[in-house]
Amino acid sequence: MSEPVALKLTAKDFKSDQEVRWCPGCGDYAILAAVQQFMPELNIPRENIVFVSGIGCSSRFPYYMNTYGMHSIHGRAPAIATGLSVSRPDLSVWVVTGDGDALSIGGNHLIHALRRNVNLKILLFNNRIYGLTKGQYSPTSEVGKITKSTPAGSADAPFNPLSLALGAEATFVGRTIDSDRKHLQSVLRAAAEHEGSAFVEIYQNCNIFNDGAFDQLKEPGIRDDHLIRLEHGQPITFGKDGQFCVVHPPGGFGLEVRDTAATPAEEIVVHDATVADPAYAFALSRLPGFDLRNTPIGVFRSVRRPSYDSVVQAQVADAKAKVTETPEQQLADLLGSGDTWTIVG
Amino acid sequence: MTKQIRQLDRVVIRFAGDSGDGMQLTGDRFTSETAQLGNDISTLPNFPAEIRAPAGTLPGVSSFQVHFADYDILTPGDAPNVLVAMNPAALKANLADLPRGADIIVNTDEFTRRNLAKVGYASSPLDDDTLDGYAVHPVALTSMTIGALAELDVSKKDAERAKNMFALGLLSWMYSRPYSSTLRFLERKFAKRPELVAANVAAFKAGWNFGETTEDFAVRYEVKPAKMPPGTYRNITGNAALSLGLVAAGVRSGLPVFLGAYPITPASDILHELSKHKRFGVTTMQAEDEIAAIGAALGASYGGALGITTTSGPGVALKGETISLAVALELPLVIVDVQRAGPSTGMPTKTEQADLNMALFGRHGEAPVAVIAPKSPSDCFHAALEAARIALTYRTPVILLSDNYVANGSEPWLLPDVESLPDLRVEFATAPNGEDGTTFLPYLRDPQTLARPWAVPGTPGLEHRIGGLEKADKTGDISYDPANHDFMVRTRAARIEAIDVPDLEVEDPDGDARVLVLGWGSTYGPIGAACRALRQRGLPVAQAHLRHLAPMPANLGTVLASYDRVVIPEMNLGQLAHVIRARYLVDAIGYNQVRGLPFTAAELETMLEEVLKNV
Repeated sequence: MSEPVALKLTAKDFKSDQEVRWCPGCGDYAILAAVQQFMPELNIPRENIVFVSGIGCSSRFPYYMNTYGMHSIHGRAPAIATGLSVSRPDLSVWVVTGDGDALSIGGNHLIHALRRNVNLKILLFNNRIYGLTKGQYSPTSEVGKITKSTPAGSADAPFNPLSLALGAEATFVGRTIDSDRKHLQSVLRAAAEHEGSAFVEIYQNCNIFNDGAFDQLKEPGIRDDHLIRLEHGQPITFGKDGQFCVVHPPGGFGLEVRDTAATPAEEIVVHDATVADPAYAFALSRLPGFDLRNTPIGVFRSVRRPSYDSVVQAQVADAKAKVTETPEQQLADLLGSGDTWTIVG
Repeated sequence: MTKQIRQLDRVVIRFAGDSGDGMQLTGDRFTSETAQLGNDISTLPNFPAEIRAPAGTLPGVSSFQVHFADYDILTPGDAPNVLVAMNPAALKANLADLPRGADIIVNTDEFTRRNLAKVGYASSPLDDDTLDGYAVHPVALTSMTIGALAELDVSKKDAERAKNMFALGLLSWMYSRPYSSTLRFLERKFAKRPELVAANVAAFKAGWNFGETTEDFAVRYEVKPAKMPPGTYRNITGNAALSLGLVAAGVRSGLPVFLGAYPITPASDILHELSKHKRFGVTTMQAEDEIAAIGAALGASYGGALGITTTSGPGVALKGETISLAVALELPLVIVDVQRAGPSTGMPTKTEQADLNMALFGRHGEAPVAVIAPKSPSDCFHAALEAARIALTYRTPVILLSDNYVANGSEPWLLPDVESLPDLRVEFATAPNGEDGTTFLPYLRDPQTLARPWAVPGTPGLEHRIGGLEKADKTGDISYDPANHDFMVRTRAARIEAIDVPDLEVEDPDGDARVLVLGWGSTYGPIGAACRALRQRGLPVAQAHLRHLAPMPANLGTVLASYDRVVIPEMNLGQLAHVIRARYLVDAIGYNQVRGLPFTAAELETMLEEVLKNV
């Protein structure tokens, strides 16, 4: 084995020559900059990194990354990336998607990629609105959302993306925010290190059609009382002065927020992302309401399970290892297998 | 008792029974024995979509027809000479296809009042005049099988289930078939249950001995081996041949093969077969749906594999958007459509050729792809290689239009020499191709093939982005330029037209035909048989068969113009005829049926004779 060589790449190396064409002020710019700045950390040659996207504002992402990339069709990026990842385990494959792309038209592919545990890093930019089609409600919009397509308010209940991913037993689930570069990069780092599917929801502001959707999580003075910063191995407390905490009430199924002062220290839940039962991370994902109070960010779940890619590759490798003939000889044997007869001329 | 032995040149046998009676297996084994003898063969399985339809009913009837001869034949035969009917439903469902004088072997044990009532027989056709004019052989198949196995340690149910082997033994005796391969087959099939090997072998032998001793069967038949080109043969179905063709394409290209598929009748057998060949570097993925199946295949192609997806018509409809993406990305992709009767779920186990329009035109935007169709079960092997050749050489999606008739039918296949198969090696892009020596232009084309470079991820210095948005010529950058879009649309069309396709060959032995019969896909056999029959009667007729439907052979227009009339038989309502009329301004005569079954040679002969009269 050769020792890894430091590639000494910089954020600039990951910027493509294409003009970025998101609306000025879009949260996507911040995510792009954070990703480009983070990429050198991977120490993976650019040619071995692929970004695959679907359709939507966020799905323009691959054009701006100086790696290999494919801007595919609506909702299908996880399926396309699965074929690529399974057949090319040497690559680092990233999927960039949005709430409409991943949870509406492409919902099936997302849950199946996650259940299979394909070795993909899936970044879901959630702005709770359809941006590229100019402002219809999305599968993560709150009930009653008034948009061009729902002038009387939307009637359907939204998906909670993390709950959905955990229902599919995703092995890595995290959440971060476009405006917090340091936190965003810390979640990307953990996702990149994970073998198998890593699902990261990124709250992203659409300043044109759904501006301020996540303001409570961003504004100084307010955000600390809303955000729960999950740290593996640490008791879950939050609030400006740590005045809130998360407990698992006896007899209940879920988790609840309490006043820290009134709670014995031993009752405060210590965050453990490696709990095998997805029910714990699911309970975390249910803490916030639509007012964004009690919103956990960070790594909810990170457990080990063989990736689909590795199992499929091993089956092929095992079968090939038993072969002693040339492919042509093997093929001749295969064609002539079964009941044959010979006619002599 | 010494039996009379009579020589025949050809025989058509139809085995028919309940879908749980094992008729497909019985037919398969009889076919295999017949192949061993060196007869030419063609088979036609016909079964319901239901796995076990209610027992004894007409919808539950499953049949297998085998045609064998001492000369080369093209179809599974129009009308059976022999019907094996395992119950009243099987008799009723098939009787109309039998010419008077045909032999009917019936399992009398199943002709109970209840079973007769199930299919609406007021009295037993064995007792009334229903079967007048037929040579009926009543055989108590079930009770004789149970009797023959009385000494063996098997349940009554297992003994009863072996009755198909009794029938096979009897027919094998009647037609002097070598049976050692069947005994070996039974040993393999029931390797884990030796008592069932013994039971099935005993049932087979009891059937054979019954034929030899009973006076009801006074004549035994022989069909001599056919004169076929020397070489090694095996009997093969279209789905099996197509699968082997895809494996061969992997070997001959040196590329890993990736199949993304979602189970669908009648294409699933290709997924089953390819999943067995991992040692060739074949990866199969049973995807969550049809769209994921083609998406994964396209992703694998992007990564440098030969990406394949297999399906039937409803699946192709779902894959349409991804095929268009592959057109825009200009990546190799093979889409296999084993056509079945539609629309919608239609008749999933019955054949049809009604996806031609969809293959040629069924996408949004101007999205041309290559389309080819195999003409017979064994031809599926070569058609699969041809599909891979076009996909890899021209970096394009190719739709391979098989159908249920060739997919499940079988015929002897002269095994090809592996070294003689086409060389499908490809060159990946490895270095910048821009004039400055440092730029990579992902849409700079090969002047000959108009194919763009295949630069797979992992290649240093060629990092680039592709996508469904319109691309600027050469650079592949996003472009909304009107002139560029017009140019790119025309170039993608020209790329398909530039595909090197062999000239259409015409079979017109005496060169004096004034009528041309043009076909495509699985109608080759019935059309060929009809043309032969007409020529034998001194009526000249020419036959040409299209393998390439997009692009069409360059000489097609000239061929069409050389005949007074062009007749196009299709198992659809005239889809090829429509294209031929539009492209070549030829007033082609369509002959169309969509019964879910192949044409009979006789109906085509009758129809063509009428056309010939009026020329």
